[in-house]
Amino acid sequence: MDFKPCVTIRKEWDIVGARQLGRKHAKELGFGTVDQARIATAISELARNIYLYARTGTICFEVIDELDKKGLKIVAKDNGPGIRDISQVMQDGYSTSGGLGAGLPGVKRLMDFFEIRSDSEKGTEIEAIKWLR
Amino acid sequence: MEQMKLDLNNYRNLLKEYLLTKNETVLYQAEQLSKMSVQHSISPEEIINVHIEALKDLHPELPQEVTDSLDFLLEAMISYGLALQEFQFLRQKQFELESEISVAARMQETLLSTVHPSVKGLDIGAISVPANQMNGDYYHFVTDKDGSLGIALADVIGKGIPAALAMSMIKYSMDSFPDNQREPSLILENLNRVVERNVDPSMFITMFYGLYNPEDETFSFASAGHEPGFYYHASEDRFEEIHARGLVLGATHNATYQQCIQKINKGDCIILLTDGVTECRVGDRFVEREEVRQVIKDYIHLPAQNAVDKVYKYFERLQEFHLRDDFTLIIIKKEV
Ligand SMILES: Nc1ncnc2c1ncn2[C@@H]1O[C@H](COP(=O)(O)OP(=O)(O)OP(=O)(O)O)[C@@H](O)[C@H]1O
Ligand SMILES: [Mg+2]
Repeated sequence: MDFKPCVTIRKEWDIVGARQLGRKHAKELGFGTVDQARIATAISELARNIYLYARTGTICFEVIDELDKKGLKIVAKDNGPGIRDISQVMQDGYSTSGGLGAGLPGVKRLMDFFEIRSDSEKGTEIEAIKWLR
Repeated sequence: MEQMKLDLNNYRNLLKEYLLTKNETVLYQAEQLSKMSVQHSISPEEIINVHIEALKDLHPELPQEVTDSLDFLLEAMISYGLALQEFQFLRQKQFELESEISVAARMQETLLSTVHPSVKGLDIGAISVPANQMNGDYYHFVTDKDGSLGIALADVIGKGIPAALAMSMIKYSMDSFPDNQREPSLILENLNRVVERNVDPSMFITMFYGLYNPEDETFSFASAGHEPGFYYHASEDRFEEIHARGLVLGATHNATYQQCIQKINKGDCIILLTDGVTECRVGDRFVEREEVRQVIKDYIHLPAQNAVDKVYKYFERLQEFHLRDDFTLIIIKKEV
């Protein structure tokens, strides 16, 4: 069971679509309400960043179902301008929302695994996983 | 971060008891639980989740709208949970920064420490207290075999770490001046050039330099925009301002400094201070220089160190033990 449906982000509405699809996968995998809400929030943050800073991109999902672990992977990808100083944006209190815990550091907290690659030519790709416990 | 799990059974029992009794004791226990949850970084959405579970156990017949609305509430709490985690992280970080700064402050104390010299015929008292951990005021005594005493007193406009760094620079430049260079105006001219070359133009340093000459019992001095001190004429029980013209250090390249000289008689005092003394703030009001002078006058008969300590204590109390600016006061009393 390894599928990769994606949601293309072009308008603000698409953020809702991505959340909805992500929540569906999370629910099917057996995540509880709290984790569903956290996953949906992480998706929102990633999708909104795409919408705001890269204009368009995709949010894809991958269900990880191995013998010893299950989880949901979110991949956010765009060909936007990239993030110049990653270590700066990963600092708490940096996001433009004035450091209310959201933004990329928030995504990292909401999920169990977080990886970001970004450069000005290829754009930004963020992978985040939540493990089912 | 491994989080403590909120105990569902415990919560369920508390909730059940409360629904039955509406008892204050149970509410008190809920408060304890709330406190403990914050301590263990348990987010509000987790508490709501436990609440939902407990409620479903206790009342399986609950209308769908109610449980749905609680799910809605859970979503609405997510950001508070994140803010809580961020807060705890930042608090930890602040703690680390503070201990780093206190190490730096101790280093600064060692670097800038000055020996209170014993000079024949003079009674010297000095106190310098930073508003925050690091001091942007600096004073230093220089003695010489011939019994003369040099006194440097500087104040960086601004406080905290940048001010403290600038002060270390002042100290090391002064150390590097040749021993025979003791004219106050020349010392300030040299320091002005050092500051102008090395310090950010937005940063200003005011400074006073005085030299006591035991041979003719005079005090020569120059000032770089520094808060004027007081000269106390013992015979007339009268204060006079110590003034000398000169720009703050670092303002222009080739500043020159007026040098003045004052004959010192027995019992007279030289009182030097920084604007942390004269700009003590009480509520919205700045303390008047007149008031400062009066307080000093009240204690001037005491031994010099006693006097400065007493004056400091007075203003510390006046400002409710919360200094707004670094505070430095030096009193030099001519004994014989
Ligand atoms: N996909 C992206 N492409 C280009 N730049 C991005 C992207 N995502 C984030 N950034 C840059 O990184 C910064 C930090 O993003 P982050 O989501 O942490 O905070 P924010 O969007 O500024 O505020 P918040 O998300 O809290 O409302 C953004 O301000 C933006 O400059
Ligand atoms: Mg964002």
